[in-house]
Parts: sequence; C-alpha cells; structure tokens
Amino acid sequence: MADEPLLELRGVNKSFGPVHVLHDVDFTAYRGEVTALVGDNGAGKSTLVKCISGTYAIDSGEYRFEGKPVSVHSPRDASAMGIEIVYQDLALCDNLDIVQNMFLGRERTRFDLLDETSMEHSAQETLASLSVRTVKSVRQRVSSLSGGQRQTVAIAKAVLWNSKLVVLDEPTAALGVAQTAQVLDLVRRLADRGLAVVLISHNMLDVLQVSDRIATLFLGQMAATVKRSDVNQQQLVELITTGQSSSLDLGQSGALKGAHA
Amino acid sequence: MSTTDQSTEAAANDTPALAESAEAASALAGAAATAPQGGSPRDYFRQYLQRIRGGEMGSLPAITGLVLLVIFFRIVHPTFGGLFNFGNMLTEGAGPVLIAMGLVFVLLLGEIDLSAGYAAGVCAMVMVRLMVGYNVPVVVSVGAALLTGVVIGLLIGLLRAKIRIPSFVVTLAFFLAFQGVALYIANNGKGQTGDIRITDNFVNGLEHDQLPVWGGWLFGAICVALYAVIKLLTQNSRRRGGLPTEPPLIIALKIGALTVGVFLAVFGLNQNRAINKTPIPQNINGKIQFVKPPALEGIPWVVPLIVALFVIWTLMLSRTRYGRHIYAVGGNEEASRRAGIAVDRVRASVFVLCSFMAAIGGIIIGSNVKSVSVSNYGGNTLLLAVGAAVIGGTSLFGGKGRMIDAIIGGAVVEVIYNGMSDLVKGTNSSSVQYVVTGLVLLLAAAVDALSRRRAGATGLA
Repeated sequence: MADEPLLELRGVNKSFGPVHVLHDVDFTAYRGEVTALVGDNGAGKSTLVKCISGTYAIDSGEYRFEGKPVSVHSPRDASAMGIEIVYQDLALCDNLDIVQNMFLGRERTRFDLLDETSMEHSAQETLASLSVRTVKSVRQRVSSLSGGQRQTVAIAKAVLWNSKLVVLDEPTAALGVAQTAQVLDLVRRLADRGLAVVLISHNMLDVLQVSDRIATLFLGQMAATVKRSDVNQQQLVELITTGQSSSLDLGQSGALKGAHA
Repeated sequence: MSTTDQSTEAAANDTPALAESAEAASALAGAAATAPQGGSPRDYFRQYLQRIRGGEMGSLPAITGLVLLVIFFRIVHPTFGGLFNFGNMLTEGAGPVLIAMGLVFVLLLGEIDLSAGYAAGVCAMVMVRLMVGYNVPVVVSVGAALLTGVVIGLLIGLLRAKIRIPSFVVTLAFFLAFQGVALYIANNGKGQTGDIRITDNFVNGLEHDQLPVWGGWLFGAICVALYAVIKLLTQNSRRRGGLPTEPPLIIALKIGALTVGVFLAVFGLNQNRAINKTPIPQNINGKIQFVKPPALEGIPWVVPLIVALFVIWTLMLSRTRYGRHIYAVGGNEEASRRAGIAVDRVRASVFVLCSFMAAIGGIIIGSNVKSVSVSNYGGNTLLLAVGAAVIGGTSLFGGKGRMIDAIIGGAVVEVIYNGMSDLVKGTNSSSVQYVVTGLVLLLAAAVDALSRRRAGATGLA
C-alpha cells in the first residue's frame, strides 16, 4: 500500500511529573489505511492521541508528518497540518444544526456575514460523498439526531475540512448494532478516500472488521504493530492483556522492549 | 430559531397595543431563522407543528399568553385597549425591554446578570449628574453613561470568565454595590435626596416626543421593505445554490401579515390619542377663544430606537461568526473550545453587551419619568427584564433564545403590569402586581424547563 507513512512517531516519551506514561513509543499511520490503536485502560492510548493532536507536547522523540519532522505544540498546529480528532464525547453543540456544527469555528463569510447558502451546500455535498443517507435534512438540530447520526456528523466534519489524518476515539462505544455497522462502514470509506484513519477502540470485533493495521499499547509501550491479516482475536487479546503473544511471531514488527511482570 | 412570524403577526393584529415594536421585531427574527425546509405550504406547516411538538416552542407560549391577556383586560377594563394606553404602554415598557435585550446575550450563555437593574441606574445617574451638576453637553453625558455601562460589563465579564466566580455571585455583589454607587452619585456624596430631575429636552424627548405623522408612515414602510428585501435576498441566494426554499405562498403571507400589522400600528399611533380633545376656552388678548389642546400623536421616538437596536443585535446574533459563537458556547462550551472559539472572550463580551444595553435602558427609564431616581432601578426593574426575556422564550439553561424574545416577553410583562394597575385599585395594587409578575416568571421558567425535557425525550423528529 502506501509507501511513506503520513504520520510517524519515533521514540516518543511523555511523563506527567513522576509518572512516565509513554515509553519510547513508535507509531505510524498510512494514507488509505485504518490503523487501529488498542490497549487496555491506562495503557496510554488517550495520552498518545493527545500528543498527536498537540494537546500535550511530547517530552522527547520525533514527530514526523508527511515525511518531514514537525513540532506540534497546540491543537491548532495539528489541525493546520490536517489532523482532525473526533472525540468520544463528540464535541457537537446540541442547539445548533448539522451545518452550523460542521462549520463551527471555521464559518464561511461574505462581507463579514455568514454565508449560509455556501455552507449548507458544502455540508450536503460532503454527506452525500460519504453516502450518508440516514440524515434527513442538514438543517436538523443535532439534538434531534441519534447517536450514530451524531457520530456521522462528527466524522463528516473531519472530511469537510480536507483532513489528511482522522483520529476516531471510540466512535462506536455508545452505539447499537445497526448504527455501529453504519459508522464502521463510514470509517472504511474514509480510508478508501485516501485519508489516514486512526481508530481507537475497545471492541475487538470492530477493530478486526475495519482495520488494516493494529498497534497495541501495553503499559505505555508499543507492544506490537501488526497487520490485520496476521492476527486473530485471541492473539490480539493476549497482546492487549499481557503485552505479548506466544503464538505470534512479532519478529521485526516491534516487540516489547524489556520484560514485564 | 423557529419561525413564529405568523403567530406574532396574528397576535399583533389583535392587540394594537405593543404591536409596533413586536411587529418589526418578528420581521427580522423570521429572516434570521435557520433556513426552513422546502416543499409545499402544507409540508412547511407540518414541519412547524413538528417542531412545536418537539418542545421547540420559541415565542409561541408568550404570544398566546399576550393575546389572552389583552382580550382579558379589554373585557374587564374598557380603557385598557384605548390608544392613549397603547402609547403609554410602549413608553413604559421600553426601558425594561431594552434591559431584557441585553440580558438575552447573557442568558444565551446560561449566565445571569442580577446587577443589570442597578447598573442601568448607575449609568443613568452618571448621565444626569454630568448634565445637571456640571453642565456637560448631552452628547458627552449620554456617551459617558454608555461608556460606564461598557466598563461595568467588562468588570463583571472578567470576574466571571477569568477569575471564574459564578455570574450569580458576581452580579449579586454588584446588585448590592451599585445601589450604593447610584445613591452616592445622586447625592454627590453629601447625602441628599437620591434623585435628580432631567432637564434636557433630547433625553426627555426620547419618551415624550413623537415622530411626525409622515415620519411614522415612512418608518413603517422602511421596516416592511427591510424585511421583504432580506427575505427575498435569502430566498434568491438559496435558489441559486440549489437549496430548498420556503414556499412562495408562505413568504407572501409573512410579508403581507407584517405589512398589515405594521401599518395598523402606525395608523393607530398616528391618531391623536390625547385624552382631552375638546377645545378649552382661553382668554387671548381680552377675547375668549376656544383653543384645541396640543395633539398627542405619532410614534414615540423610543420605538425606532428599539427597532434599530433590535435589527442590529438580531443580525449580529444570527448572521455573524461572533453571534454563532455565542450560541455555540451556550450550547456546549467544550465543543466550542475544541472548535477553536475563544470561549473566555465570548463569555466576558456578553456581559459587556448586557451592561451597555442596561445603560440605554436606564436612560430611557429616566426619560419616562423625566428624572433619575435610584428607587426606579431596584429589583423590580431587573425582575421585569429577566422575566421579559424568559417569558419571551429565551432559555435559562443557555443556547436558546433570540432578540425578539425580549420584545414579546416585555410586551407580556407590560400588559400584565399596566392591566393589573387599572384592575386592582387601592393600596394593595402593587402587592398584587408583584405576586402576579412573579407567578408569570415562574410559569415561563417552568415552560422552559419542561420544553427542554420534552426536546430531550422526543429526540425531536
């Protein structure tokens, strides 16, 4: 697939006071691929995402984007490069409609007045290009949408801004079966459009269903980065819970450095 | 942002009283509402009903209440519906409405400004003290009052947004302190009366002078034309963008209803509404002549002032990025922050707008009685203003509300106040008024809370 990684983190460390949360973490995401980031609670997934998004500055290590080393100090830096994070708690305003939410903070204006027509048009186009048919009208308030529809809007927002890398934090955590399927479908379509997608999830089935590559964090270290085709569910669970898998040849793909209790 | 225009206009036709400002008000609210979906007029109506059932009632309860109240007071009290009283209610309600317009900004963020009443008092006091005590020209005095409002708002806003004291506490503290500040300015620190007469003709004229008759018609025509132009331009731009548009029939009905309402109100106000119209015998140069008393006709100047401010604030709230950000922060602060909105700055700024409007309201309240008296700005004024905004449909929980709410709600409050004062005579009159206004505020807050729950429960189809 893609030869050069879009996002590449090398040897990233992050501590909060005495607590060393990330140890020499390597992480890559490729264009056109869904890279799943899995790990148990407290493994450092959120911290890693916040390092990617610029919410936290990394202590040491290398942050490369599109092949060039960059320094990311704030979420603004990250979004300027084309990194969009879709958070678990969605970050949508219930009292605004879909168009207003999709353009929040980046409204288009003409003569200093909001250009509603052009924004509504683009929102519609974006949703259509993602084959979203579940939303009746883009002028619906978000409060009237189901969980799946909200997730769809949040993801479409990322696409609208021509993001290159989209990080989805537990996008299916609160969804029912049918809605989960819809959202996963959408996740796949994002990658097919050439975006690099990072999917954070607790749900093994989701991960195995849509991802191309799976990165496993264990106690702040990258236990393994494997191709989807190389693992089964049991091996994945082993990796998450123990940091290693006896039945899996981790070879060059980056086995855990150092022993763990 | 539902379009409640038709109902506003229906209400206005029933009630020549208060129609004037509410009329023009509803006009822009309509233009500003989120673009409605297309389809036939029947679809349009169905969508409207659906929104109401989902708890998105907007100003509908207030307008219904207004109509019922006016009918009630007309039945029990014949002079209530008279033109003189209509004019009276306009000038009496103007001050609280202006303060309520400022409060809408604060309420949109789920905050409250309890100090708005006395802030209005302090600003008005600054103006009158400069004019009376120091002979400062009126322009400078009024400017100083407005500036005082801005400074007060900045102070409250910074204490809320930067130090993070809850707005309830900050403004309660200022509520107490400003009463003293206003008294101090009134007495020049010497301890005297607590009120100063306004002698300036311009300031008094805001409430007591009227537009010429032709000016009233021109003003009405401008309101209607402005509404129609905005409506048609929006429609055009949506059609060119290939987006669903409002059915032409509905647009025609809206513009038509607004035209009828506005011109009825202008016509009514252009009549001579003076109570005594019979010529009075007067001795002029030794001869007895019958002289007609001066006519009281035309739209009070405060009405175009309110309409102009209403148009500006409505445009700002619904058509600018800043306005959109106010709604966003009121709806979900965290989401707004992640979207890159300077949340603290927005939060501080709404208090500035609120106190600025309070300053204007304070001047108008002074103009109404031709004197600035500390007691006229007490908790009463503030309650009326908060009541007006909430009764009109602005949510106490933030994120929901429009400028029109202040005007419609202000109309309800004023009708209750005026009607009650005619109804209950004697020493108990004011106590009954307080209780009734309090109950209406409670009712409005209950409607707000319930419709919020309903919107959550139905998922609002």
